[in-house]
Amino acid sequence: MSLPTRSEVEDFLFLEADLLDSWQLKDWLKLYTQDCEYQVPSTDLPRDANPETSLFYIADDFMRLEQRVIRLGKKTMWSEYPRSKTRHLVTNVRVLGHEGEDIKVKANFVVYRTKWENTDVYVGSYDMILRRSADGLKIRKKRSTLDLDGLRPQGRVSILL
Amino acid sequence: MGASNTVLVSNDEQQGLFRVARKAFTDQEILKGEYDEVFNKCWLYVGHESEVAKKGDFVRRIVAKRNLVFNRDMDGNLNAFFNTCPHRGAEVCREAKGNSKHFTCMYHGWIFSASGELKSLPGEERYSADFKAQKRGNLVPVPRFENYRGMCFVNFDLNACSLVEYLGNAKEYLDLVLDQSSEGMTIISGQQDYAIRANWKLLVENSNDGYHAAMTHATYLDYLANTHAKGNEVALKGVGRELGGGHAVVEYTAPWGRPIANSIPIWGEEGKQEMNRIHARLVAEHGKEKADRICFKNRNLLIFPNLVINDIMAVTFRTFYPTAPNYMNVSGWAIAPLNETEWARKYRINNFLEFLGPGGFATPDDVEALESCQAGYANSLEAGNEWNDISKGMGMDAMYDDEIQMRSFWKEWNRRLKDAVK
Repeated sequence: MSLPTRSEVEDFLFLEADLLDSWQLKDWLKLYTQDCEYQVPSTDLPRDANPETSLFYIADDFMRLEQRVIRLGKKTMWSEYPRSKTRHLVTNVRVLGHEGEDIKVKANFVVYRTKWENTDVYVGSYDMILRRSADGLKIRKKRSTLDLDGLRPQGRVSILL
Repeated sequence: MGASNTVLVSNDEQQGLFRVARKAFTDQEILKGEYDEVFNKCWLYVGHESEVAKKGDFVRRIVAKRNLVFNRDMDGNLNAFFNTCPHRGAEVCREAKGNSKHFTCMYHGWIFSASGELKSLPGEERYSADFKAQKRGNLVPVPRFENYRGMCFVNFDLNACSLVEYLGNAKEYLDLVLDQSSEGMTIISGQQDYAIRANWKLLVENSNDGYHAAMTHATYLDYLANTHAKGNEVALKGVGRELGGGHAVVEYTAPWGRPIANSIPIWGEEGKQEMNRIHARLVAEHGKEKADRICFKNRNLLIFPNLVINDIMAVTFRTFYPTAPNYMNVSGWAIAPLNETEWARKYRINNFLEFLGPGGFATPDDVEALESCQAGYANSLEAGNEWNDISKGMGMDAMYDDEIQMRSFWKEWNRRLKDAVK
Protein backbone atom coordinates (compact mmCIF):
# COMPACT_ATOMS: atom_id res chain seq x y z
CA MET A 1 0.00 0.00 0.00
CA SER A 2 1.12 3.57 -0.55
CA LEU A 3 1.63 5.63 2.57
CA PRO A 4 -0.20 8.95 2.80
CA THR A 5 2.08 11.96 2.59
CA ARG A 6 2.83 14.03 5.64
CA SER A 7 0.75 16.87 4.17
CA GLU A 8 -2.21 14.57 3.78
CA VAL A 9 -1.88 13.38 7.39
CA GLU A 10 -1.36 16.93 8.64
CA ASP A 11 -4.50 18.11 6.87
CA PHE A 12 -6.38 15.26 8.52
CA LEU A 13 -5.01 15.99 12.00
CA PHE A 14 -5.66 19.72 11.59
CA LEU A 15 -9.26 18.91 10.62
CA GLU A 16 -9.57 16.76 13.72
CA ALA A 17 -8.21 19.59 15.89
CA ASP A 18 -10.59 22.08 14.30
CA LEU A 19 -13.62 19.85 14.91
CA LEU A 20 -12.61 19.53 18.56
CA ASP A 21 -12.00 23.24 19.06
CA SER A 22 -15.31 24.13 17.42
CA TRP A 23 -17.11 21.50 19.52
CA GLN A 24 -18.39 19.62 16.45
CA LEU A 25 -17.95 16.41 18.35
CA LYS A 26 -20.40 14.21 16.46
CA ASP A 27 -18.49 15.01 13.28
CA TRP A 28 -15.25 14.41 15.16
CA LEU A 29 -16.43 10.94 16.16
CA LYS A 30 -17.00 10.10 12.49
CA LEU A 31 -13.22 10.25 12.05
CA TYR A 32 -12.89 7.13 14.23
CA THR A 33 -13.32 3.50 13.18
CA GLN A 34 -15.88 1.24 14.87
CA ASP A 35 -13.03 -0.76 16.43
CA CYS A 36 -11.15 2.32 17.62
CA GLU A 37 -9.20 2.83 20.83
CA TYR A 38 -8.85 6.25 22.44
CA GLN A 39 -6.41 6.38 25.36
CA VAL A 40 -4.80 8.77 27.81
CA PRO A 41 -2.38 6.87 30.11
CA SER A 42 -1.68 7.93 33.69
CA THR A 43 1.48 9.99 33.75
CA ASP A 44 3.63 7.52 35.73
CA LEU A 45 3.21 4.62 33.29
CA PRO A 46 5.78 3.36 30.77
CA ARG A 47 5.21 4.05 27.04
CA ASP A 48 4.08 0.49 26.33
CA ALA A 49 1.54 0.29 29.19
CA ASN A 50 -1.55 -1.84 28.58
CA PRO A 51 -4.94 -0.41 29.67
CA GLU A 52 -6.20 -3.91 30.52
CA THR A 53 -3.57 -4.29 33.22
CA SER A 54 -2.70 -0.68 34.16
CA LEU A 55 -4.82 2.25 35.27
CA PHE A 56 -5.09 4.97 32.62
CA TYR A 57 -6.98 8.25 32.82
CA ILE A 58 -8.99 7.23 29.77
CA ALA A 59 -9.15 3.95 27.83
CA ASP A 60 -12.24 4.04 25.59
CA ASP A 61 -13.46 1.73 22.88
CA PHE A 62 -15.87 3.11 20.26
CA MET A 63 -18.92 2.47 22.44
CA ARG A 64 -17.57 4.46 25.37
CA LEU A 65 -16.09 7.14 23.15
CA GLU A 66 -19.53 7.59 21.61
CA GLN A 67 -21.03 7.82 25.12
CA ARG A 68 -18.32 10.36 26.00
CA VAL A 69 -19.38 12.47 23.03
CA ILE A 70 -23.06 12.16 24.00
CA ARG A 71 -22.15 13.21 27.53
CA LEU A 72 -20.14 16.19 26.25
CA GLY A 73 -23.26 17.34 24.40
CA LYS A 74 -25.39 17.63 27.53
CA LYS A 75 -25.95 20.68 29.68
CA THR A 76 -25.74 18.39 32.72
CA MET A 77 -22.11 17.60 31.82
CA TRP A 78 -21.17 20.20 34.38
CA SER A 79 -17.42 20.20 33.91
CA GLU A 80 -17.84 21.18 30.24
CA TYR A 81 -21.02 23.20 30.43
CA PRO A 82 -20.64 26.10 30.14
CA ARG A 83 -18.12 24.91 27.56
CA SER A 84 -14.45 25.58 27.97
CA LYS A 85 -12.44 27.23 25.21
CA THR A 86 -9.88 24.88 23.78
CA ARG A 87 -7.13 25.13 21.19
CA HIS A 88 -5.31 22.06 19.85
CA LEU A 89 -1.88 22.77 18.36
CA VAL A 90 -0.61 19.71 16.47
CA THR A 91 3.01 19.66 15.31
CA ASN A 92 6.03 17.46 14.52
CA VAL A 93 3.85 15.17 12.43
CA ARG A 94 5.61 12.08 11.10
CA VAL A 95 4.30 9.16 9.06
CA LEU A 96 6.35 6.29 10.41
CA GLY A 97 5.28 3.46 8.14
CA HIS A 98 2.62 0.82 7.99
CA GLU A 99 1.83 -2.70 9.12
CA GLY A 100 -0.79 -4.11 6.81
CA GLU A 101 -3.65 -1.60 6.76
CA ASP A 102 -2.39 0.22 9.84
CA ILE A 103 -0.59 3.50 9.14
CA LYS A 104 1.57 4.56 12.07
CA VAL A 105 1.69 8.28 12.81
CA LYS A 106 3.37 10.22 15.53
CA ALA A 107 2.78 13.88 16.39
CA ASN A 108 3.17 16.31 19.25
CA PHE A 109 0.44 18.40 20.78
CA VAL A 110 -0.26 21.30 23.06
CA VAL A 111 -3.88 21.74 24.11
CA TYR A 112 -4.97 24.85 25.95
CA ARG A 113 -8.18 24.74 27.94
CA THR A 114 -9.61 27.93 29.40
CA LYS A 115 -12.50 28.08 31.83
CA TRP A 116 -13.36 30.32 34.77
CA GLU A 117 -10.32 32.47 33.97
CA ASN A 118 -7.91 29.56 34.35
CA THR A 119 -5.89 28.48 31.34
CA ASP A 120 -4.56 24.95 31.68
CA VAL A 121 -2.04 23.34 29.36
CA TYR A 122 -1.98 19.70 28.26
CA VAL A 123 1.25 18.88 26.46
CA GLY A 124 2.36 15.56 25.04
CA SER A 125 2.54 13.30 22.04
CA TYR A 126 0.08 11.37 19.91
CA ASP A 127 0.76 7.79 18.85
CA MET A 128 -1.85 7.05 16.23
CA ILE A 129 -2.88 4.29 13.92
CA LEU A 130 -4.74 5.51 10.84
CA ARG A 131 -6.60 3.53 8.21
CA ARG A 132 -7.67 4.43 4.72
CA SER A 133 -11.39 4.13 4.02
CA ALA A 134 -13.74 4.96 1.16
CA ASP A 135 -14.26 8.43 2.63
CA GLY A 136 -10.68 9.22 3.54
CA LEU A 137 -8.43 8.58 6.51
CA LYS A 138 -9.87 7.23 9.77
CA ILE A 139 -8.42 6.87 13.25
CA ARG A 140 -8.11 3.30 14.46
CA LYS A 141 -6.12 4.23 17.58
CA LYS A 142 -5.07 7.40 19.32
CA ARG A 143 -2.95 7.37 22.44
CA SER A 144 -2.27 10.79 23.95
CA THR A 145 0.69 10.54 26.27
CA LEU A 146 0.99 13.57 28.53
CA ASP A 147 4.41 15.03 29.32
CA LEU A 148 3.19 15.97 32.78
CA ASP A 149 3.73 14.68 36.32
CA GLY A 150 -0.02 14.39 36.86
CA LEU A 151 -3.00 16.64 36.22
CA ARG A 152 -1.84 19.46 38.47
CA PRO A 153 -3.34 21.95 38.27
CA GLN A 154 -5.54 20.78 35.36
CA GLY A 155 -7.58 18.53 37.65
CA ARG A 156 -9.36 16.66 34.87
CA VAL A 157 -9.33 15.51 31.26
CA SER A 158 -12.96 16.34 30.64
CA ILE A 159 -12.12 17.57 27.13
CA LEU A 160 -10.94 15.41 24.25
CA LEU A 161 -7.21 15.65 23.62
CA MET B 1 -9.79 35.11 62.84
CA GLY B 2 -10.19 38.09 65.18
CA ALA B 3 -12.27 37.42 68.29
CA SER B 4 -11.80 34.23 70.27
CA ASN B 5 -14.47 31.56 70.59
CA THR B 6 -15.25 31.68 66.92
CA VAL B 7 -17.84 29.01 66.27
CA LEU B 8 -16.85 26.96 63.24
CA VAL B 9 -19.22 24.03 63.68
CA SER B 10 -22.66 24.50 65.17
CA ASN B 11 -24.69 21.44 66.14
CA ASP B 12 -28.26 22.09 67.33
CA GLU B 13 -29.89 18.70 67.63
CA GLN B 14 -33.16 20.12 68.99
CA GLN B 15 -33.61 22.31 65.93
CA GLY B 16 -32.23 19.63 63.64
CA LEU B 17 -29.66 22.11 62.41
CA PHE B 18 -25.97 21.36 61.80
CA ARG B 19 -23.91 24.10 60.28
CA VAL B 20 -20.28 24.65 59.30
CA ALA B 21 -18.80 28.12 58.92
CA ARG B 22 -17.69 28.75 55.34
CA LYS B 23 -14.65 30.43 56.86
CA ALA B 24 -13.43 26.86 57.47
CA PHE B 25 -12.88 26.59 53.71
CA THR B 26 -11.18 29.91 53.10
CA ASP B 27 -9.12 30.90 56.10
CA GLN B 28 -5.32 30.70 56.14
CA GLU B 29 -5.17 30.45 59.96
CA ILE B 30 -7.53 27.49 59.90
CA LEU B 31 -5.33 25.78 57.33
CA LYS B 32 -2.38 26.24 59.66
CA GLY B 33 -4.45 24.83 62.51
CA GLU B 34 -5.34 21.83 60.36
CA TYR B 35 -1.68 20.98 59.84
CA ASP B 36 -0.93 21.49 63.55
CA GLU B 37 -3.88 19.60 64.98
CA VAL B 38 -4.99 17.18 62.28
CA PHE B 39 -2.31 16.23 59.74
CA ASN B 40 0.54 16.40 62.26
CA LYS B 41 -1.29 14.19 64.77
CA CYS B 42 -3.48 11.73 62.87
CA TRP B 43 -2.55 8.46 61.18
CA LEU B 44 -2.04 9.17 57.49
CA TYR B 45 -1.99 6.63 54.67
CA VAL B 46 1.42 6.47 52.97
CA GLY B 47 1.07 3.46 50.68
CA HIS B 48 0.26 -0.20 50.23
CA GLU B 49 2.83 -2.91 50.79
CA SER B 50 2.22 -4.25 47.27
CA GLU B 51 3.78 -1.07 45.88
CA VAL B 52 7.08 -2.15 47.44
CA ALA B 53 6.63 -5.88 47.05
CA LYS B 54 10.30 -6.79 46.50
CA LYS B 55 13.35 -6.13 48.63
CA GLY B 56 14.80 -2.77 47.62
CA ASP B 57 11.54 -1.44 46.11
CA PHE B 58 10.84 2.19 46.96
CA VAL B 59 8.36 4.94 46.17
CA ARG B 60 8.67 8.62 46.90
CA ARG B 61 5.60 10.10 48.57
CA ILE B 62 4.50 13.54 49.68
CA VAL B 63 2.51 13.15 52.91
CA ALA B 64 1.27 16.24 54.76
CA LYS B 65 3.96 18.38 53.07
CA ARG B 66 6.71 15.93 54.11
CA ASN B 67 8.83 14.39 51.41
CA LEU B 68 9.09 10.69 52.30
CA VAL B 69 10.62 7.50 50.97
CA PHE B 70 8.44 4.42 51.54
CA ASN B 71 10.46 1.27 50.91
CA ARG B 72 11.20 -2.36 51.65
CA ASP B 73 14.73 -2.90 52.87
CA MET B 74 17.00 -5.87 52.14
CA ASP B 75 15.73 -7.69 55.24
CA GLY B 76 12.19 -7.37 53.88
CA ASN B 77 11.08 -4.78 56.44
CA LEU B 78 8.90 -1.83 55.43
CA ASN B 79 10.12 1.68 56.29
CA ALA B 80 9.21 5.29 55.81
CA PHE B 81 12.09 7.78 55.95
CA PHE B 82 12.24 11.51 55.58
CA ASN B 83 13.76 12.04 52.15
CA THR B 84 16.55 14.35 53.20
CA CYS B 85 20.26 13.84 53.70
CA PRO B 86 21.24 14.25 57.36
CA HIS B 87 24.32 16.14 56.15
CA ARG B 88 23.00 19.21 54.32
CA GLY B 89 19.49 18.29 53.33
CA ALA B 90 19.35 17.24 49.69
CA GLU B 91 16.88 14.50 48.81
CA VAL B 92 18.49 11.07 48.89
CA CYS B 93 15.80 9.62 46.61
CA ARG B 94 15.14 11.55 43.42
CA GLU B 95 13.03 9.05 41.52
CA ALA B 96 9.29 8.52 41.88
CA LYS B 97 9.73 4.75 42.25
CA GLY B 98 12.28 2.04 41.65
CA ASN B 99 14.44 -0.60 43.25
CA SER B 100 17.75 0.02 44.98
CA LYS B 101 19.87 -1.49 47.72
CA HIS B 102 20.99 1.95 48.74
CA PHE B 103 20.32 5.66 48.40
CA THR B 104 23.09 8.02 47.38
CA CYS B 105 22.97 11.73 48.06
CA MET B 106 23.81 13.60 44.84
CA TYR B 107 25.36 16.51 46.73
CA HIS B 108 28.36 15.04 48.63
CA GLY B 109 27.96 11.33 47.98
CA TRP B 110 26.81 10.00 51.34
CA ILE B 111 25.46 6.50 50.81
CA PHE B 112 22.67 4.92 52.88
CA SER B 113 21.44 1.36 53.04
CA ALA B 114 17.81 0.57 52.22
CA SER B 115 17.24 0.43 55.99
CA GLY B 116 18.61 3.95 56.38
CA GLU B 117 22.07 3.45 57.91
CA LEU B 118 24.89 5.63 56.67
CA LYS B 119 27.18 3.15 54.91
CA SER B 120 29.91 5.41 53.60
CA LEU B 121 30.80 9.02 53.08
CA PRO B 122 33.64 10.54 51.06
CA GLY B 123 36.40 11.95 53.28
CA GLU B 124 35.32 9.87 56.25
CA GLU B 125 38.78 10.36 57.86
CA ARG B 126 37.95 14.04 58.28
CA TYR B 127 35.07 13.16 60.65
CA SER B 128 35.40 11.96 64.23
CA ALA B 129 36.31 8.28 64.51
CA ASP B 130 32.92 7.24 65.86
CA PHE B 131 30.88 9.39 63.48
CA LYS B 132 28.98 6.50 61.92
CA ALA B 133 28.56 4.76 65.27
CA GLN B 134 26.83 7.87 66.63
CA LYS B 135 24.11 7.25 64.02
CA ARG B 136 23.70 10.97 63.51
CA GLY B 137 24.35 10.35 59.85
CA ASN B 138 21.50 7.85 59.40
CA LEU B 139 18.31 8.64 57.54
CA VAL B 140 15.57 9.67 59.94
CA PRO B 141 12.52 7.39 60.04
CA VAL B 142 9.07 8.91 60.50
CA PRO B 143 8.13 9.03 64.19
CA ARG B 144 5.50 6.30 63.82
CA PHE B 145 4.94 3.76 61.06
CA GLU B 146 2.35 0.96 61.21
CA ASN B 147 0.90 -1.55 58.79
CA TYR B 148 -2.72 -2.72 58.90
CA ARG B 149 -3.14 -5.74 56.62
CA GLY B 150 -0.88 -4.24 53.98
CA MET B 151 -2.08 -0.66 54.31
CA CYS B 152 0.81 1.42 55.65
CA PHE B 153 0.30 4.56 57.66
CA VAL B 154 2.59 7.16 59.22
CA ASN B 155 2.07 9.43 62.16
CA PHE B 156 4.24 12.47 62.89
CA ASP B 157 3.14 12.47 66.54
CA LEU B 158 5.34 10.12 68.56
CA ASN B 159 2.66 9.93 71.26
CA ALA B 160 -0.23 8.92 69.01
CA CYS B 161 -2.33 5.88 69.91
CA SER B 162 -1.78 2.68 67.92
CA LEU B 163 -3.09 2.51 64.36
CA VAL B 164 -5.54 -0.27 65.23
CA GLU B 165 -6.94 1.75 68.10
CA TYR B 166 -7.16 4.79 65.80
CA LEU B 167 -9.05 2.86 63.11
CA GLY B 168 -11.59 1.74 65.73
CA ASN B 169 -14.99 0.90 64.24
CA ALA B 170 -13.76 1.67 60.73
CA LYS B 171 -11.83 -1.61 60.86
CA GLU B 172 -15.01 -3.62 60.22
CA TYR B 173 -15.48 -1.81 56.89
CA LEU B 174 -11.82 -1.86 55.95
CA ASP B 175 -11.89 -5.62 56.48
CA LEU B 176 -14.84 -5.97 54.09
CA VAL B 177 -12.54 -4.50 51.43
CA LEU B 178 -9.38 -6.35 52.43
CA ASP B 179 -11.20 -9.68 52.80
CA GLN B 180 -12.01 -9.67 49.09
CA SER B 181 -8.91 -11.81 48.64
CA SER B 182 -7.38 -14.28 51.08
CA GLU B 183 -4.09 -13.85 49.21
CA GLY B 184 -3.94 -10.11 49.75
CA MET B 185 -4.71 -7.03 47.72
CA THR B 186 -2.54 -5.18 45.24
CA ILE B 187 -2.32 -1.68 43.88
CA ILE B 188 -2.79 -1.67 40.09
CA SER B 189 0.02 0.20 38.30
CA GLY B 190 -0.96 3.71 37.24
CA GLN B 191 -1.37 6.44 39.85
CA GLN B 192 -3.87 9.18 39.20
CA ASP B 193 -2.42 12.44 40.48
CA TYR B 194 -4.52 15.53 40.05
CA ALA B 195 -5.42 18.76 41.77
CA ILE B 196 -8.62 20.56 42.63
CA ARG B 197 -8.89 24.31 43.04
CA ALA B 198 -10.96 23.91 46.19
CA ASN B 199 -10.63 23.30 49.91
CA TRP B 200 -9.64 19.73 50.82
CA LYS B 201 -12.64 19.23 53.13
CA LEU B 202 -14.96 19.62 50.16
CA LEU B 203 -13.50 16.39 48.80
CA VAL B 204 -13.96 14.72 52.21
CA GLU B 205 -17.66 15.58 52.03
CA ASN B 206 -18.00 14.73 48.35
CA SER B 207 -16.38 11.31 48.60
CA ASN B 208 -19.23 9.80 50.62
CA ASP B 209 -22.06 12.10 49.61
CA GLY B 210 -24.97 10.01 48.35
CA TYR B 211 -27.19 13.06 48.01
CA HIS B 212 -25.36 14.63 45.05
CA ALA B 213 -25.35 11.61 42.74
CA ALA B 214 -28.67 12.17 40.98
CA MET B 215 -27.86 15.78 40.11
CA THR B 216 -24.08 16.03 39.72
CA HIS B 217 -23.78 12.64 38.05
CA ALA B 218 -26.91 12.79 35.90
CA THR B 219 -24.89 12.07 32.76
CA TYR B 220 -23.19 9.05 34.37
CA LEU B 221 -26.54 7.67 35.49
CA ASP B 222 -27.90 8.25 31.94
CA TYR B 223 -24.91 6.32 30.63
CA LEU B 224 -25.52 3.46 33.07
CA ALA B 225 -29.19 3.35 32.14
CA ASN B 226 -28.25 3.17 28.43
CA THR B 227 -25.63 0.48 28.88
CA HIS B 228 -24.83 -1.46 32.04
CA ALA B 229 -28.03 -1.14 34.00
CA LYS B 230 -30.20 -2.62 31.27
CA GLY B 231 -31.96 -5.54 32.92
CA ASN B 232 -30.34 -4.66 36.23
CA GLU B 233 -32.55 -1.96 37.70
CA VAL B 234 -31.16 -2.06 41.24
CA ALA B 235 -32.07 0.99 43.30
CA LEU B 236 -29.53 3.18 45.05
CA LYS B 237 -30.51 2.38 48.62
CA GLY B 238 -28.75 2.03 51.95
CA VAL B 239 -27.54 3.56 55.18
CA GLY B 240 -25.05 6.11 56.52
CA ARG B 241 -23.06 5.44 59.69
CA GLU B 242 -20.96 7.47 62.06
CA LEU B 243 -18.05 5.29 63.16
CA GLY B 244 -16.43 7.48 65.84
CA GLY B 245 -13.13 9.32 65.65
CA GLY B 246 -14.41 11.19 62.61
CA HIS B 247 -14.55 8.00 60.51
CA ALA B 248 -17.78 7.38 58.62
CA VAL B 249 -19.31 5.20 55.94
CA VAL B 250 -22.27 4.86 53.62
CA GLU B 251 -23.25 1.32 52.63
CA TYR B 252 -25.75 0.73 49.85
CA THR B 253 -26.93 -1.20 46.81
CA ALA B 254 -26.49 0.30 43.33
CA PRO B 255 -27.23 -0.47 39.67
CA TRP B 256 -23.60 -0.96 38.60
CA GLY B 257 -21.68 -4.22 38.40
CA ARG B 258 -18.90 -5.02 40.88
CA PRO B 259 -15.95 -7.17 39.83
CA ILE B 260 -16.12 -8.67 43.29
CA ALA B 261 -19.04 -10.82 42.41
CA ASN B 262 -21.98 -8.66 41.46
CA SER B 263 -22.40 -9.34 37.76
CA ILE B 264 -24.60 -7.38 35.40
CA PRO B 265 -26.21 -8.61 32.18
CA ILE B 266 -23.77 -6.76 29.91
CA TRP B 267 -20.93 -8.96 31.27
CA GLY B 268 -22.53 -12.01 29.65
CA GLU B 269 -22.26 -15.64 30.62
CA GLU B 270 -18.48 -15.50 31.14
CA GLY B 271 -18.85 -12.66 33.61
CA LYS B 272 -21.71 -14.34 35.41
CA GLN B 273 -19.74 -17.56 35.86
CA GLU B 274 -16.66 -15.69 37.00
CA MET B 275 -18.69 -13.73 39.56
CA ASN B 276 -20.44 -16.92 40.77
CA ARG B 277 -17.03 -18.54 41.34
CA ILE B 278 -15.81 -15.57 43.39
CA HIS B 279 -19.04 -15.47 45.39
CA ALA B 280 -18.78 -19.19 46.15
CA ARG B 281 -15.19 -18.75 47.32
CA LEU B 282 -16.16 -15.87 49.59
CA VAL B 283 -19.09 -17.86 51.02
CA ALA B 284 -16.67 -20.70 51.81
CA GLU B 285 -14.22 -18.30 53.44
CA HIS B 286 -16.58 -15.98 55.30
CA GLY B 287 -20.08 -17.49 55.36
CA LYS B 288 -23.02 -16.38 53.24
CA GLU B 289 -24.04 -13.30 55.19
CA LYS B 290 -20.63 -11.66 55.07
CA ALA B 291 -19.96 -12.82 51.50
CA ASP B 292 -23.23 -11.23 50.37
CA ARG B 293 -22.26 -8.02 52.11
CA ILE B 294 -18.80 -8.00 50.49
CA CYS B 295 -20.28 -8.64 47.04
CA PHE B 296 -23.58 -6.84 46.85
CA LYS B 297 -23.06 -3.76 49.02
CA ASN B 298 -21.06 -0.70 48.06
CA ARG B 299 -19.11 1.23 50.64
CA ASN B 300 -17.76 4.77 50.66
CA LEU B 301 -15.54 4.87 53.72
CA LEU B 302 -13.69 7.83 55.20
CA ILE B 303 -10.77 7.20 57.54
CA PHE B 304 -10.32 10.55 59.27
CA PRO B 305 -8.98 12.89 58.11
CA ASN B 306 -8.21 12.22 54.45
CA LEU B 307 -8.20 8.59 53.42
CA VAL B 308 -11.13 7.74 51.18
CA ILE B 309 -11.77 4.09 50.38
CA ASN B 310 -14.55 3.75 47.88
CA ASP B 311 -15.52 0.13 47.31
CA ILE B 312 -17.99 0.74 44.52
CA MET B 313 -17.85 -0.37 40.84
CA ALA B 314 -14.12 -0.76 41.51
CA VAL B 315 -12.09 -0.03 44.64
CA THR B 316 -10.17 3.21 44.95
CA PHE B 317 -7.92 4.61 47.66
CA ARG B 318 -7.62 8.37 47.58
CA THR B 319 -5.68 10.85 49.72
CA PHE B 320 -5.37 14.59 49.39
CA TYR B 321 -3.58 17.47 51.07
CA PRO B 322 -4.15 21.20 50.96
CA THR B 323 -1.39 23.53 49.85
CA ALA B 324 -3.67 26.55 50.30
CA PRO B 325 -7.24 27.01 51.59
CA ASN B 326 -8.46 26.87 47.97
CA TYR B 327 -6.16 24.20 46.51
CA MET B 328 -5.47 20.52 47.09
CA ASN B 329 -3.33 17.83 45.53
CA VAL B 330 -5.11 14.50 45.14
CA SER B 331 -3.65 11.03 44.56
CA GLY B 332 -5.85 8.10 43.58
CA TRP B 333 -5.12 4.42 43.19
CA ALA B 334 -7.04 1.33 42.10
CA ILE B 335 -6.71 -1.64 44.42
CA ALA B 336 -7.63 -5.21 43.50
CA PRO B 337 -7.44 -8.80 44.72
CA LEU B 338 -3.87 -9.97 44.07
CA ASN B 339 -4.69 -13.03 42.02
CA GLU B 340 -7.95 -12.15 40.29
CA THR B 341 -8.36 -13.44 36.73
CA GLU B 342 -7.43 -11.42 33.66
CA TRP B 343 -11.12 -11.12 32.93
CA ALA B 344 -11.92 -9.65 36.34
CA ARG B 345 -8.94 -7.27 36.23
CA LYS B 346 -9.92 -6.00 32.80
CA TYR B 347 -13.52 -5.36 33.83
CA ARG B 348 -12.41 -3.83 37.12
CA ILE B 349 -10.24 -1.31 35.32
CA ASN B 350 -12.96 -0.69 32.78
CA ASN B 351 -15.46 -0.03 35.58
CA PHE B 352 -13.01 2.24 37.38
CA LEU B 353 -12.39 4.43 34.35
CA GLU B 354 -16.07 4.77 33.59
CA PHE B 355 -16.81 6.57 36.82
CA LEU B 356 -13.61 7.39 38.66
CA GLY B 357 -10.62 9.57 38.10
CA PRO B 358 -10.03 12.77 36.17
CA GLY B 359 -11.01 11.19 32.84
CA GLY B 360 -14.06 9.30 34.14
CA PHE B 361 -17.71 10.09 33.54
CA ALA B 362 -18.21 11.35 37.10
CA THR B 363 -15.10 12.69 38.86
CA PRO B 364 -14.66 15.70 36.53
CA ASP B 365 -18.14 16.84 37.53
CA ASP B 366 -17.25 16.44 41.20
CA VAL B 367 -14.16 18.57 40.58
CA GLU B 368 -16.40 21.18 38.93
CA ALA B 369 -18.87 21.10 41.84
CA LEU B 370 -16.13 21.52 44.45
CA GLU B 371 -14.55 24.40 42.55
CA SER B 372 -18.00 25.95 42.24
CA CYS B 373 -18.51 25.74 46.02
CA GLN B 374 -15.14 27.38 46.54
CA ALA B 375 -16.13 30.17 44.14
CA GLY B 376 -19.37 30.60 46.07
CA TYR B 377 -17.46 31.10 49.32
CA ALA B 378 -16.25 34.44 47.97
CA ASN B 379 -19.64 35.61 49.29
CA SER B 380 -19.21 34.42 52.86
CA LEU B 381 -18.52 37.81 54.40
CA GLU B 382 -22.11 38.99 54.09
CA ALA B 383 -24.86 37.94 56.49
CA GLY B 384 -26.83 34.92 55.35
CA ASN B 385 -23.88 33.42 53.48
CA GLU B 386 -21.64 32.45 56.39
CA TRP B 387 -22.80 28.88 56.87
CA ASN B 388 -23.01 25.56 55.07
CA ASP B 389 -25.96 23.39 56.04
CA ILE B 390 -25.15 19.75 56.81
CA SER B 391 -28.47 18.85 58.50
CA LYS B 392 -29.94 16.27 56.16
CA GLY B 393 -31.36 13.30 58.04
CA MET B 394 -30.74 14.67 61.56
CA GLY B 395 -32.82 12.88 64.18
CA MET B 396 -33.88 10.20 61.69
CA ASP B 397 -32.57 6.78 60.73
CA ALA B 398 -29.63 7.70 58.52
CA MET B 399 -30.00 6.87 54.84
CA TYR B 400 -27.08 6.56 52.41
CA ASP B 401 -28.01 9.96 50.95
CA ASP B 402 -28.21 11.79 54.28
CA GLU B 403 -25.34 13.77 55.77
CA ILE B 404 -24.56 11.92 59.00
CA GLN B 405 -21.21 10.82 57.58
CA MET B 406 -20.20 14.44 57.03
CA ARG B 407 -21.33 15.44 60.49
CA SER B 408 -19.11 12.66 61.81
CA PHE B 409 -16.10 14.23 60.08
CA TRP B 410 -16.96 17.75 61.16
CA LYS B 411 -17.47 16.85 64.82
CA GLU B 412 -14.00 15.32 65.00
CA TRP B 413 -12.48 18.15 62.99
CA ASN B 414 -14.06 20.65 65.35
CA ARG B 415 -12.94 18.75 68.46
CA ARG B 416 -9.36 18.98 67.24
CA LEU B 417 -9.50 22.52 65.89
CA LYS B 418 -11.71 24.50 68.22
CA ASP B 419 -9.08 25.33 70.82
CA ALA B 420 -6.30 25.79 68.30
CA VAL B 421 -8.01 28.39 66.16
CA LYS B 422 -8.98 31.62 67.82
